[in-house]
Amino acid sequence: MLEIPQDLYDKIVAHARADHPDEACGVLAGPAGTDRPGRFIPMTNAARSPTFYEFDSTEQFGVWKEMDERDEEPVVIYHSHTATEAYPSRTDISYANEPGAHYVLVSTRDAAATEFRSYRIHENEVTEEPVTVVE
Amino acid sequence: MAIEVRIPTILRTYTDGAKQVEGTGSTLGELLADLDRQHGGLRDRLVDDGGLRRFVNVYLNDEDVRFLAGLDTPVKDGDTVTVLPAVAGGATVI
Repeated sequence: MLEIPQDLYDKIVAHARADHPDEACGVLAGPAGTDRPGRFIPMTNAARSPTFYEFDSTEQFGVWKEMDERDEEPVVIYHSHTATEAYPSRTDISYANEPGAHYVLVSTRDAAATEFRSYRIHENEVTEEPVTVVE
Repeated sequence: MAIEVRIPTILRTYTDGAKQVEGTGSTLGELLADLDRQHGGLRDRLVDDGGLRRFVNVYLNDEDVRFLAGLDTPVKDGDTVTVLPAVAGGATVI
């Protein structure tokens, strides 16, 4: 299950909407071992594509180093799909390399409603989990 | 000559869980070969026929080695090499 504060949920949705039609991507960092997302870190999509995302490698290094120094880990890794459903593609599954993270997918294919779903991806298997938005 | 190498979570199965290991070599390529001698199979996750694997990032201190000399990048005692799997994906099927 993913428990996520309302303000972080809103920030992810706003980021996805702002970058549409390109895919948006980013991280929610949280204290290591707590599974609690606390810090919103939108990332540059170096691919700037409507169908692909990739963290800029230098930016990723900085963020991962900072998380390490703060004793945090990536609790959520999020990205958006802009014309398809909020479900992990084969590509998403192949490149899911943070076994402890919740993979959040947002879809901005409908201008009126944003889809927001969360998954665990482990050894090429996808398991959807419920999302609970808290205050 | 010891170079510190930081290993991401997903590759720690090759290092018995260690998040940091040490190796020697004068280039990144030599260092990876040395690491593979100590932790068999690790090199294959980082390198393929074309050189460094596309979706694996390797950094020498703070720089992505793709902006240096790739596998030919010189390394020396006291350097830190960090490995991070790229974070990527999207609706595209590759």
